[in-house]
Amino acid sequence: MYDQQYPLYHPELEHESCGVGAIVDLSGRATHRTVDQALTIVERLAHRAGSDALGTTGDGVGIMTQLPHEFFTAWAREEGILLGKPGDYGVGMFFLPEDEVGVSNVCRIFDQLSASEGIPVLGWRDVPCHPAQLGAGARRTMPRIRQCFLKRPSDTAPGADFDRKLYILRRVFEKQDTDAYICSLSCRTVVYKGMMLVSQLRSFYDDLQDVRYVSRMAMVHSRFSTNTFPSWSKAHPQRFLLHNGEINTIRGNHDRMKAREETMRSAVMGDSMKRVLPVVAEGGSDSQMLDNTLEFMAMNGFPLPLAGMVLLPEPWQGDGAETPWRDLYRYYATMMEPWDGPAAILYSDGDSVCASLDRNGLRPLRCALTDDKRLILSSEAGVLFEENAHIRRRWKLKGGDVLMADLKTGELLESDALKAHYARQHPYGEWTKQIVRLDDLPEAAVGDKIEDTKALCRAFGYAYEDVQDVILPMAKSGQEPIASMGADEPLAALSKAHPPLYDYFKQRFAQVTNPPIDALREACKTDCSIYLGDDGNLLSHEADNCAVLELPSPVLTEEELRRIRDIDHVSFKVMEISLLYPVTTRLRQAMRDFFAACDAACAKGANILILSDRGVDASRLAIPSLLAVSALEQHLIHIKKRTKVSVILESGEPRDTHQLAMLIAYGARAVNPYLAHAVIRESLSDDAVQNYNRALTAGVLKIASKMGVSTLQAYQSAQLFEAVGLDQQFVDHYFTNTPCCLGGKGLHDVEADSRYHHDAAFSSPLQGGLDSVGRHRLRTGGSVEEHLYSPRVIHLLQQAVWTDDEAKFDAYAALVENDGPRTIRAMLDFKYEVCNPVPLSEVEPVESIVKRFKTGAMSYGSISREAHECMAKAMNRLGGKSNSGEGGELPERFGTELNSAIKQVASGRFGVTRDYLLSAREIQIKMAQGAKPGEGGHLPGAKVTDSVAKTRCATPGISLISPPPHHDIYSIEDLAELIYDLQVACHNPGLCQVSSAQSAEPRSQGFRASCANEEAKITVKLVSSTGVGTIASGVAKAGAGGILISGGEGGTGAAPMSSIHHAGLPWEIGLAEAHQVLCRNRLRQTVTLETDGKLMTGHDVAVALLLGAEEFGFATAPLITMGCRMMRVCHLGTCPFGVATQDPRLRKRFIGKPEYVERFMIFVARQLRRIMAKLGARTVNELVGRSDLLKLKDGAEMNLSDLTGFARNTHFQPESKHDFGLRERMDARLIQDHVQLTTTDRAFGALLKGERHIQAQGCGGQSFGAFLPKGQSITLYGVANDYVGKGLSGGTISVCPPADAVWSPGDTLIGNVALYGATGGYAFIAGMAGERFAVRNSGAWAVVEGVGDHGCEYMTGGRVAVLGPVGDNFGAGMSGGIAWVLDEDGALVNRINGGLVRAHAVLGEQAAELRRLLEMHARHTDSRRALEILSDFEAWLPRFRAVISNEYLDYLKGVQAWAR
Amino acid sequence: MGKVTGFMEIARSENPYRDAAARLNDFGALHSPQGAEARRAQASRCMNCGVPFCQSEFGCPLHNLIPEWNDLLYRGREREALERLLMTAPFPEFTGRVCPALCEKACNLEKDALTNRDNELYLIETGFERDWVRPRSPGRRTGRRVAVVGSGPAGLACADLLNRLGHAVSVIERADRAGGLLMYGIPSMKLPKPIVERRIRLMEAEGVRFTLNTEASPEIMDVYDAVVLCGGAKKPRSLKVEGVYAVDYLTAATRAVLSGDEPVITARDRHVVVVGGGDTGNDCVGTALRQGCASVLQLEMMPAPPAERLPGNPWPEWPRTLRTDYGQLEAIHRQGGDPRVYETTVKRRLPGQIETVKLRGFDPISGTEQLLPCDLLLIAAGFVGCEEATAERFGAALNQKGCMMPENGSHRLRDNLFSAGDMRTGQSLVVRALADGRAAALEVDSYLKEDAQ
Repeated sequence: MYDQQYPLYHPELEHESCGVGAIVDLSGRATHRTVDQALTIVERLAHRAGSDALGTTGDGVGIMTQLPHEFFTAWAREEGILLGKPGDYGVGMFFLPEDEVGVSNVCRIFDQLSASEGIPVLGWRDVPCHPAQLGAGARRTMPRIRQCFLKRPSDTAPGADFDRKLYILRRVFEKQDTDAYICSLSCRTVVYKGMMLVSQLRSFYDDLQDVRYVSRMAMVHSRFSTNTFPSWSKAHPQRFLLHNGEINTIRGNHDRMKAREETMRSAVMGDSMKRVLPVVAEGGSDSQMLDNTLEFMAMNGFPLPLAGMVLLPEPWQGDGAETPWRDLYRYYATMMEPWDGPAAILYSDGDSVCASLDRNGLRPLRCALTDDKRLILSSEAGVLFEENAHIRRRWKLKGGDVLMADLKTGELLESDALKAHYARQHPYGEWTKQIVRLDDLPEAAVGDKIEDTKALCRAFGYAYEDVQDVILPMAKSGQEPIASMGADEPLAALSKAHPPLYDYFKQRFAQVTNPPIDALREACKTDCSIYLGDDGNLLSHEADNCAVLELPSPVLTEEELRRIRDIDHVSFKVMEISLLYPVTTRLRQAMRDFFAACDAACAKGANILILSDRGVDASRLAIPSLLAVSALEQHLIHIKKRTKVSVILESGEPRDTHQLAMLIAYGARAVNPYLAHAVIRESLSDDAVQNYNRALTAGVLKIASKMGVSTLQAYQSAQLFEAVGLDQQFVDHYFTNTPCCLGGKGLHDVEADSRYHHDAAFSSPLQGGLDSVGRHRLRTGGSVEEHLYSPRVIHLLQQAVWTDDEAKFDAYAALVENDGPRTIRAMLDFKYEVCNPVPLSEVEPVESIVKRFKTGAMSYGSISREAHECMAKAMNRLGGKSNSGEGGELPERFGTELNSAIKQVASGRFGVTRDYLLSAREIQIKMAQGAKPGEGGHLPGAKVTDSVAKTRCATPGISLISPPPHHDIYSIEDLAELIYDLQVACHNPGLCQVSSAQSAEPRSQGFRASCANEEAKITVKLVSSTGVGTIASGVAKAGAGGILISGGEGGTGAAPMSSIHHAGLPWEIGLAEAHQVLCRNRLRQTVTLETDGKLMTGHDVAVALLLGAEEFGFATAPLITMGCRMMRVCHLGTCPFGVATQDPRLRKRFIGKPEYVERFMIFVARQLRRIMAKLGARTVNELVGRSDLLKLKDGAEMNLSDLTGFARNTHFQPESKHDFGLRERMDARLIQDHVQLTTTDRAFGALLKGERHIQAQGCGGQSFGAFLPKGQSITLYGVANDYVGKGLSGGTISVCPPADAVWSPGDTLIGNVALYGATGGYAFIAGMAGERFAVRNSGAWAVVEGVGDHGCEYMTGGRVAVLGPVGDNFGAGMSGGIAWVLDEDGALVNRINGGLVRAHAVLGEQAAELRRLLEMHARHTDSRRALEILSDFEAWLPRFRAVISNEYLDYLKGVQAWAR
Repeated sequence: MGKVTGFMEIARSENPYRDAAARLNDFGALHSPQGAEARRAQASRCMNCGVPFCQSEFGCPLHNLIPEWNDLLYRGREREALERLLMTAPFPEFTGRVCPALCEKACNLEKDALTNRDNELYLIETGFERDWVRPRSPGRRTGRRVAVVGSGPAGLACADLLNRLGHAVSVIERADRAGGLLMYGIPSMKLPKPIVERRIRLMEAEGVRFTLNTEASPEIMDVYDAVVLCGGAKKPRSLKVEGVYAVDYLTAATRAVLSGDEPVITARDRHVVVVGGGDTGNDCVGTALRQGCASVLQLEMMPAPPAERLPGNPWPEWPRTLRTDYGQLEAIHRQGGDPRVYETTVKRRLPGQIETVKLRGFDPISGTEQLLPCDLLLIAAGFVGCEEATAERFGAALNQKGCMMPENGSHRLRDNLFSAGDMRTGQSLVVRALADGRAAALEVDSYLKEDAQ
């Protein structure tokens, strides 16, 4: 995997995403039209596919069909081969090595193998194709493509039985390790695919154009990969499925699949089982692994839809109403964890076509059924607009749904029917009675109290603040503590404060390629259950399989652990393994003894092991808990006992959410943190222990949800962490497969740290309290942690800029570089000795350098108006850029000296109006933030002052919630869509007019000109992590103009304590990786690369420059210059320096001036110039990426060769910018007010100018009517896709069913996530909408005739009327605005998320408002439904319910009182 | 943290001085302490800064965990607060009375700083009152023996920590009472002597042996595993004119207070002139007034400091501003004016009189001579290093400043001989001496550990 040339490239962390489609003819006709139309679908999803930098080599596209019997027979006849009837032969689609020798070798091997399996090869066929049309990259790696025809053995039945034989043959062949790849090998299906553009598939393969090529079904897939490296095999379809999405838990799923191999036996496979193992091929993508597993289950007799249900279960355990097939899901849950993550999968064995959607419904799958019984499935509706007139029904799958089209019977079985069918197959209800629940176990007596907690706390390395700032607050509030101002302490590997092993690992988090989940507001989709005991045999269907112990949470009290210990049940044998070892023994030996003890216990039949470190004393230390858990997990996998044994940890060491999460992710099923509990009992009470456990459970779920994982069962063993500064061998051995960068510490060091604490506890005569280490809040004195922002550093920096004293600034910089804590950058120096210096006067001037400088994204709301404007003024004066942050900006600042050049677009979309976008020189999409990547935010109502509310287009006093994900970005092709939308929305329409020879508006002068947006570029902010390079490549391919790699230590705002310190890597690693991988993909020149994260000096900037950055952001330092002294109380709003507060009394204390910020930037630039002169560089550009000029300082303790070993001076080239083809757009050319749209007309309307009303027909592409401003209205007669009315800024959007189509009331009219972040305007939807209608709406008024799950989520303002069915979790996180829901069946109460909102009667003024809104709806759409209601409004009115948050209700009452 | 908005709602309030008229009549404590409620309210003002300058290099040399014990104090958990305090502060009852509180000068609230010194004093006195302060003996003895020479702040701090680390400590003191400057240098009203005695008794209960009236000889280096010299920086800076050194005067005064006898050197009915404008000079003024002097005057060579910080002396540095201490306040009360005369020095001494002269920089300005009545001339011009005799006896080299600090900055002079406190660093604050004594103890401890191996 390691690539010497690109040391930071991690192929295993690549991502992909896509568009999918299928056509199934349920009437039983096999036609070429089906194939042809499937190809059309994939061609019309071109915008969901990726290509390389040149746009000529696609990321991959493919099609799966049934075997075209006539077509193959015709060929066979010519060759003199007798194929027989359909089912008598199988076809293998081979990608073979390019050279003749290789081809003949592989074919010979396969011939021999198949002969020995008794499946004779009838012949080989060279598949006719046209390589000339491919891009260079695809051509270079193009395999020889041949098909192999095999004869069915006479003793084998056609269909599934024959396919099973072919499967075994293929697995045996694959283990021969040839260069060949088999796309498909089946008697029912065949796959044609390749690394090409979607438009090339049809013409590349002659076969696909042959009218004799017929099928009853065809499934297509277009791929968007984060890289551009040639890979033909990774194109979809896989052998069974094609997948749009990402399996987040793939590591754990893979490992557990492997572990299951020891127990899985099936009657149909019999003794052949061992020949197909391993089930999952190493090195595959997540889709391939899922495909392997699905195929394996199918081959072992699992009905296909049931396999889909087991792998992608619906959220059957959530808060919502119980599903009737709960027992079925519960039965399988004891054996198979969910494959968790966004997924729309289509899968087929040739006899049926199935579709499944993940539990959260994060990928779109639109369905349509025509009058001639043809089923059209696709990521987007309307892709086959030719069929519009024939469509009888339109719907969409929702989260957890499954669907099957049976090709044999022509039946279409939908989710409920299918699930009910399978639930009837076995007595699951009876079987699941075998499950033992923790509550069922008899109460147990609690053991001895701990005598000396203080000594144990010392022994386990507790610091004073661990108790005071983490454990006790959690025990008091039941929640994780909040902190602020990022992390400025060294990495664990560089710390002198003996950090726990846990600190070497960083939490991984979702950005761009998959969405984090909101575990709080979408709790109905989450599950914290854990199962203990034997995993059973997935492939046999029997009661004993589910004889497991079910825990509601992985965190146990002492009493609960005792219950398990005392369990008396035939299915469970509990044994305890001590983690203690004598101080005279070395840890390495202790580990060996520990494994031996576990082996012995297993041999005695134990299936629950309790690892315990109770009893630590002067003579015995404990194996570090994380090491024990992970090492044992790897050991059990190694000895193939992993599914036989469940591990529980009883340890004094773990105490916070990060540690608990790590233990679960590395193999523990449950943890009893007894020492933390003892500490709580000493100061508080037993109830507080429950609070604490609740906080831990919620915290673990939150950490899982950062990675998009919704169930702790799937999170188990998923290893979603990365190591920094640990020795690779150590990681390989004990934390196998965990990504690891910058090697260093190993077992010896872990032992030394452990002994240090043990000595402090038992060997030091000094008594007293626990030491203060100051990992977050700085401490000075004995054994404390170092911080970048030390008192002296802060003092010197402030004095330097306040008194304009450059000498002081240089002293400050020297202090940071030489005496500060060890950072990666501080360990690096410049190789001046190999450079020819140039005179300073010849180096690019300071004025030019500072244009590359930016201030960090800090929103007005998090910081004071004074501070926000101060930075804007300073950066505008310098010609650099300030960043608005995610909180919007007051329109009066646009175009003035106070305008922020960078406008941020974050998941909350606060104040993102068209004017806001138009005022930007740069629009930054914030995918993650250093302090808390993968998390959302919550601005309490108290902080939403009048002015903040106005800026954010919100209501004063109403809480504002930022969702963890952008709800229009669940994967890379979605990001491409948002980039496109924003590029269109901020595009100055004047330019288009110029091209059409109309008069351009005169350019305004001064700041107005500098803020004008002709050149506004869209940048994407990512947080440094392993694999960020591949994400950056995807982002570049998606059309971004710039990429910011933000350091995990950065971040100024409020965040959970554990996120601040344990998520995200230093920028050095991510930046270097991004530069390397972008170069490797030849994408580097298409984007500017920027970095931030505690940049403090010219040295820091120079290191960043040499590692590949060309622009630089500063946030903490400018705050310090304005008076901040790192109080770390931003989250409390009591900043005594008036920086991070809205309190008028405190704001008066603000002493910042723009000059201070300017001086800082100038001083840094001057230092950089001096370094440049010594490096012999006249321009910044010539140093970008020159990491060969970096060297390690003497005495550095880390191996940084991966960072410095790559030197390529590539930087942004304006001519390589992504071309969005905006002039080709419909609305750019628009002359008439009547247009015909197709799915490729995306973000229609965003470019419109002036007042107009447009009538459109056909199908609205994604983001229909995005950012439509006041004065414009569009009416669409047809269907629309996702993101209708995104960021609606005052315009009016109407969508009505197409006039020429048959239409039924339940049909889905528009896709998911409509009106996301709308700030004003109207939307009238005369049909059903998808999930998350009006998510984060803060001002638009809308009517819709039915919504999917999560309707009105995070809404803060506006009005929504729903005239039809409502999905689950309605009004989650909805803090403001009103939703009027027509509740005909009285079921609304079960659909509402009661976290914030309640349903009330619609009374008084509201009734009038609702009526007016319905009248408008009727006028705009001729909605029959609306007319019906209006015809007798008074009678209908009582059936409406007003869904309102308590906060907003109070607000409305206040307004009314005021009006009176 | 304390109360989140405490600093916005509550004003700074220090323990007030007793009324000047009343306190001039005795040598009793200067301040009347505020009660628990006031102290808790004051503690609630602590902002629990992310970067607490108060306990950093700019603030407390002991790195007292100020935000932590302020928070506990605010919450009424005095006992835990005291435990946090005692982790770093060996003798809060001393520093709580005599420390100039660098922590308060470095507080992020600047002029409205926390009243850490008063809070500290409250905690320790509450601790004594409620019998929380009990002898803390180490659980285990190392069997190693250490002699500490000198029982001033550095010696006591060093002995205290060494004892806690399990070593057998003997403190050798030349004087008749232990405490060094704490006993005889600092006047009773600032640091009542029973407070010092209480600590000595406590240390004795913890196992520290005090040998008084004894001049340490180099032979102890053979008897003990380590010897730490903590003799202070006692060599006074001399003037060209003859006078009484302030320390001698103050010592005599304290002896008199303790014995109830008339002091050997007294200011009663005499015109007193104090040369030197520092803390010691102020102590002389306060003592002279209490002894009933006819008048008192304080001469300072430097110009009067500014009332506010100058640009070159920003927060959190020690403010070089005009401070009017208790002695001067008392003089103002008694004499109607500030006793300090700036940019002035003594030119010569005449019977019953001195001749002073104004200075520009360090140069006398001719023609500005003036005759003043003076029966007692007290010299409080600071110190210029440690006593050479001790250095000679122990064969310890002195550096340029006349102190026993090796070039590498360590505490170890040679073999098993160490030094700490003013003797090593030159004259400084009590709190710095405490910090240095503790640092020396840790160094001795690791020396002994290495020595054992």
